[in-house]
Amino acid sequence: MRRREFLTLSAASIGGVLVYSLDREVFRLSAQTSKSVRIPLRFFTQSEALSVAAASRIFPSDEAGPGAREAGAAVYIDRQLAGPWGRDRYRYTHGPFEENAPAEFGHQGKATPQQIYRQGLKALKGFDRLKAAEQDDALKQIETTLFFLLLRQNTIEGMFCDPMHGGNIDMVGWQLIGFPGPRMSNYDDVDKHFGEAFRPKPASLRQVTRRKVSPSEDLE
Amino acid sequence: MKTLSSVDVVIIGGGWTGLLMAKELGSRTALSVAVLERGGPRKAGDYGDDMDELDYTIRFRMMQDVSQETVTLRHDSSQRALPLRQHGSFLPGSGVGGAGEHWSAVCPRYLPDCFELLSRSIEKYGSKRLPEDHAIQDWGVTYDDLEPFYARADLLLGISGKAGNIRGKQIEGGNIFEGWRSAEYPTPPTKIPYFSSMFAEAAKSLGYHPYPVPAATTSRAYTNPDGVSRPGCTYCGYCETFGCMIGAKSQPTNTLLPVIEKRKNVSICTGAWVRRIVHDASESQGRARGVVYIDASGQEVFQPAELIVLASWTLNNTRLLLLSGVGKAYDPATGKGSLGRNLTHQVAFSAATAFFERPLNRFMGSGASGIMLSDLDGDLFDHSELAFLRGGTLAARSARSLPISEYGVVPKSVKATWGSEWKKAALHYYDRTGRIGFSGEHLAYKGNYMDLDPVYKDHFGDSLLRLTLDWQENERKMAEYAIAKAMELAREMGAKEVTPFSGLRSYDATRYQSSHLQGGAIMGSSPERSVVNPYLQHWQFSNLFVLGASSFPQNASANPTPTILALTYRTADAIVDRYLKNPAALA
Repeated sequence: MRRREFLTLSAASIGGVLVYSLDREVFRLSAQTSKSVRIPLRFFTQSEALSVAAASRIFPSDEAGPGAREAGAAVYIDRQLAGPWGRDRYRYTHGPFEENAPAEFGHQGKATPQQIYRQGLKALKGFDRLKAAEQDDALKQIETTLFFLLLRQNTIEGMFCDPMHGGNIDMVGWQLIGFPGPRMSNYDDVDKHFGEAFRPKPASLRQVTRRKVSPSEDLE
Repeated sequence: MKTLSSVDVVIIGGGWTGLLMAKELGSRTALSVAVLERGGPRKAGDYGDDMDELDYTIRFRMMQDVSQETVTLRHDSSQRALPLRQHGSFLPGSGVGGAGEHWSAVCPRYLPDCFELLSRSIEKYGSKRLPEDHAIQDWGVTYDDLEPFYARADLLLGISGKAGNIRGKQIEGGNIFEGWRSAEYPTPPTKIPYFSSMFAEAAKSLGYHPYPVPAATTSRAYTNPDGVSRPGCTYCGYCETFGCMIGAKSQPTNTLLPVIEKRKNVSICTGAWVRRIVHDASESQGRARGVVYIDASGQEVFQPAELIVLASWTLNNTRLLLLSGVGKAYDPATGKGSLGRNLTHQVAFSAATAFFERPLNRFMGSGASGIMLSDLDGDLFDHSELAFLRGGTLAARSARSLPISEYGVVPKSVKATWGSEWKKAALHYYDRTGRIGFSGEHLAYKGNYMDLDPVYKDHFGDSLLRLTLDWQENERKMAEYAIAKAMELAREMGAKEVTPFSGLRSYDATRYQSSHLQGGAIMGSSPERSVVNPYLQHWQFSNLFVLGASSFPQNASANPTPTILALTYRTADAIVDRYLKNPAALA
């Protein structure tokens, strides 16, 4: 067992949002307090986690609203990588491998998501200490790599997944786009509100079903 | 190897076809019926907490486990095939209910001329107009033969819709181009969300004949002739890749299992992975003796049976026949052999992605709620000036709006794919984007077929199925035509910007198209050019029936499930009424 690593986030950086710990105890931080939260990491080292957190330049926090940082995308990605997806449980991994296959055959390489991240993050060492514009430049250098495409996809997942997966904290992603989550019935509304935004208050799967659902990253 | 005591019927696969056959044989006869399903158990009511896009849509929780078994693909027989290492262009299901659990429940029938495609096309256009290397065939059944069985499938599922042709009488508001129906749909059309209703208006103003998508996401509570009740749809939007949380979407587990569970003569064994059909080899007339499977504990088991029904997913049917040496494998060089021929997919894509000024509230809807039109389907429009045959339907379904899958689609005027500019544009367009989909006919060709891959194996060491598959000019030209029509419709709907589909190049295994593959064990009237007769009975092994879309000689543009169910009913009747009295060739 490797030494347990933590991602430490200050309250100011995530202001007023929910953060889930490893065992899903919920901490609510307020921007006014000086407290910080230490999130135990399942896969990343602390320095890797900081780089991934900074890579929220993909989905930045800006005047259009909160982004990957507030949604906890780095925590989400850490859990995915430690789980069956990161270990390539969902892919056919028998050889021989054709690393340079045409794109229409999909990812044919041997590397697992864990290996792709570990390798890709080497190029982003110290990323969190760069200025925003420098970070964007660094990402432009790698934006056609498989690592970046995974990071972009996983960042979107971390923005909009059900909060039980560790991202979309406090449903910030769903609030941004007006997605209500798993709403049990739209029967009375589906053929109304034509041409105008209808935005029911978001609720998570656990809130809607009042059941504790096991996410895939906690299986096996 | 453990040998079990013999059963009357063994059914390989517990999806729509396998469980429908189990229900029919189990309730109409006293035969002992054993269903072998390689996936896990499921039942109605399992889906109360599955509405999680990440695990179900992105991580494919309900699908076949590709880490164990996948298929390989090459575009023509000169290439080396590569395995499809992750799910992409189609989604095979696994577990009780199969792909019938995670479907969208779109339920059109096929056009009558599809069943006689070869003879009708030659009659109208002459054989010179057909693609040179086509492998089109007639089915050996006609629409008129199948109509009573389509009607039974309608009632079984409680399909919602509006008839456009009842016994030859055209009805406005329904699909006036459809084949005759003996009765109106069992339940009225689903509610029509905003995006789909805009499409209906635009289609009418352009002179088309739009109609509500026939849907097995039933519009109101329904009790079928077996006494099985389901509630009406609540338009939560969690249909495709999910099981229905309330059971409004007809699925094998909520439509067939409630009947099967009451029958003591039917058993369902899960975790049972059939590796071989055991048979007495013979050139002309053979006999299947049973199946060998690996059970959930890893033990090898021989299950002898009098009658064997192969009812797994379409591609897996062909693979098991090939692995078992049942029938002669197709050789594209000589045209000899019939097993594996006529592999088709469906020409399915988002023809136009339309960006609107107003929000669409796309989180509300269902897999099959929407509007479609058949004016450009089959041979219903003038092809004299066109460079292709046949066609397809255009549809505006209000089906998929889940944010991980849908976020980030922006008009071409936005160049960024990440960062602030992209984020801002994507936020704006997230709920202002709608897709007009095309589902077109994929003709059969001599060069599109299946055999066993010489390199890649599954987790037991059995060869994977190899697909040799690519699009031809007929599909590419059809796609161009459909894209232009969809662009017109999108503009008529008032879209501010529209992105056309980029067109068909080589077959792309990473773009989800549909899970509608056909062929491999096709039906027909000649044992030289088909694997099963028009009752889906194997030509050589009269105690072996092969159900499902593997029997379709070619794709017929529409989604296949009602036709699959109709053919299964017809086979069940033939077994009960004729075969059991005289177990011999039915044709």
